[in-house]
Amino acid sequence: MAEEIKAHITGVVFQVTAKVGDKVAAGDPVIVLESMKMEIPVEAPRAGAVKEVRVREGQTVQEGDTLVVLE
Amino acid sequence: MFRTVLVANRGEIARRVFRGCRALGLRTVAVYSEADRDAPHVQDADHAVLLGPSPARESYLSIERIVAAARESGAEAVHPGYGFLSENWRFAEACAQAGLTFIGPSAEAIRAMGDKPEARRRMAAAGVPIVPGSPEPIADAASAERVAGEIGYPVILKAAAGGGGIGMVKVATAGELTAAFATATRRAQSAFGSGQVYVERYLEAPRHVEVQVFGDTNGTVVHLHERECSIQRRHQKLVEESPAPNLDARTRRALTEAAVAGARAIGYVNAGTLEFLVDAQGGFYFLEMNTRLQVEHPVTEEVTGLDLVAAQLRVAAGEPLPFSQEKIEPRGAAVEVRVYAEDPARNFLPSPGTITRLALPGGEGIRLESGVVEGSVVSVHYDPLLFKLIARGADRAQAIERLARGLEACVVEGVKTTLPLLRTIAAHADFRRGRVHTQMVEQGAFHG
Repeated sequence: MAEEIKAHITGVVFQVTAKVGDKVAAGDPVIVLESMKMEIPVEAPRAGAVKEVRVREGQTVQEGDTLVVLE
Repeated sequence: MFRTVLVANRGEIARRVFRGCRALGLRTVAVYSEADRDAPHVQDADHAVLLGPSPARESYLSIERIVAAARESGAEAVHPGYGFLSENWRFAEACAQAGLTFIGPSAEAIRAMGDKPEARRRMAAAGVPIVPGSPEPIADAASAERVAGEIGYPVILKAAAGGGGIGMVKVATAGELTAAFATATRRAQSAFGSGQVYVERYLEAPRHVEVQVFGDTNGTVVHLHERECSIQRRHQKLVEESPAPNLDARTRRALTEAAVAGARAIGYVNAGTLEFLVDAQGGFYFLEMNTRLQVEHPVTEEVTGLDLVAAQLRVAAGEPLPFSQEKIEPRGAAVEVRVYAEDPARNFLPSPGTITRLALPGGEGIRLESGVVEGSVVSVHYDPLLFKLIARGADRAQAIERLARGLEACVVEGVKTTLPLLRTIAAHADFRRGRVHTQMVEQGAFHG
C-alpha cells in the first residue's frame, strides 16, 4: 500500500534527501524542512521504496501537504 | 552626530532601535522584505526601502542590497540589531568602505570574536578564565587520556568543526576514554566532515551568566553588571534577569572584572557581552563574546536606568561614553521572557501563521518589546520571536510577581507560543528561589 508522507509543519523545503527508487528504513529523513531558522527533518514512518517526490528544494509547503510517497 | 540611521533588521529590535534614534532626534530608515511589507517596523520608520524577496539571504542577509538602500535613502549610519548581519565582519567592512558608520565594534573585533578558538586564545591571554582543555585537536586516544588526566574527570570530547551540542561525548572515567574517543571521532567525521576532536573539562549543569560591557573610542571600557540567562532550550535563552540570583559578591566582582579586562585587551568599542559558564563552586569560564546588542539588553536597562541604544549611537558618532563606571548603579531587579511562535508541547516546533488576536499587558513595572500586532503574519522565513515581556521590581520577588501577572494577561491566538511554558517557569519553586541551571528545560524541570 502506498503511503503519503506529509509535512508536520509549515516551512520551506531545505533539502530533499530521498530520491525516487531509494529504499528507506523507518526513521530515515526523507526531506529536511526549514522553518524559522530551524532545520526539521521529516522522517519515513516505515521502511519502503520511494515512489514519488512531490516537492523541490526552496518550495514553501503547508502543514499537511504531501512531500513524498512510499510504495 | 549623523542625522539618518538605517536599521538593517526587522521585528522588535528594529522598532527598539528606531525608538532610540527618535530619542536623539535622528531620522530613521527601515528595510524590509516582501513578506514584511505590512510589518510594524516598516510603519515606525520615517522612510522604508524594499530589499527583495522574503528569504533572508535575498533581503536581510544581502550586504549589497542593504548598503545600496543606505545610499539611496541618504543614511549615514547603519545599526545591525542582532542576528542577521550583526556579527558579520564583512558587513561592518562593507559599511566602512561605503562611507557609512557601522553602529557596533570594529570589523577586526567582530572577526576575532567570531572565530571561537581565536576568541578563547585572546581571552585566555588577557587573563580571562576559559574551560580547561586541549588548546589544539587531539591526535589519538593516548594523548586524549594524558590531557584528561591533567584537567581531571569528567571530561567531554567535542568536534573541532562542530557546534550546537552535536557529536559530543561525555567521559566519566579514564577507563571509558578509548571507546569514547573512537565514538566522538566517528560522529565528528559523519556530522562535520572532520574527525578532529578536543578534550574539555565537563561542567555539570552549569549556569549561564553574562556581563554587559561597553567601550568607546577613547579606550574607556565599563561594565553594566551581569545577567543570568540559564533557562534555555536548544542553547537559546527563554528567561533572562539581572542581577543574577545566588551569586556571591566575590564571584560577581571577579566576573565583571574579567569581562572588562577581556574587552579592554581587544580594544573593544560599543556594546558587547561576554558570556560565561558558572559551576556550582563559583568557578567561571569564558564561553564566547557577542559583539552586538543582545536580545536581553532591556533587563540591564531596567536595573541601571540607562538607554543602551542611545549610548550605542553616541559612541558610534565618536562621543565619549555617556556614563562612567561609578555612575552605573543597579537598582532593584528585572526579568525578561521571550515569547516565541513555537509549540512547547511539540518540542518547540515552529508555529508560523497569522496572529488573529493579541492582547498585551501594561502597567507599573511592565515593559513590552513587540515586533508584531494583531493581524501580523508570522513567517516561516525568520526567527520565531514575537515579543519580549520585561518586568522590573524593587527586588527580585516583586519583579517575578509582576512578570507572572503580566504573563497571565497575555493573549495570543492564531499561533502556538511559549507562553504556557513561561507561565509554568514563573510559578516554579526552583526559579522563584533562583536555583537555575542550563539543563533545566531539557531535563523536564518544567513539565506538568
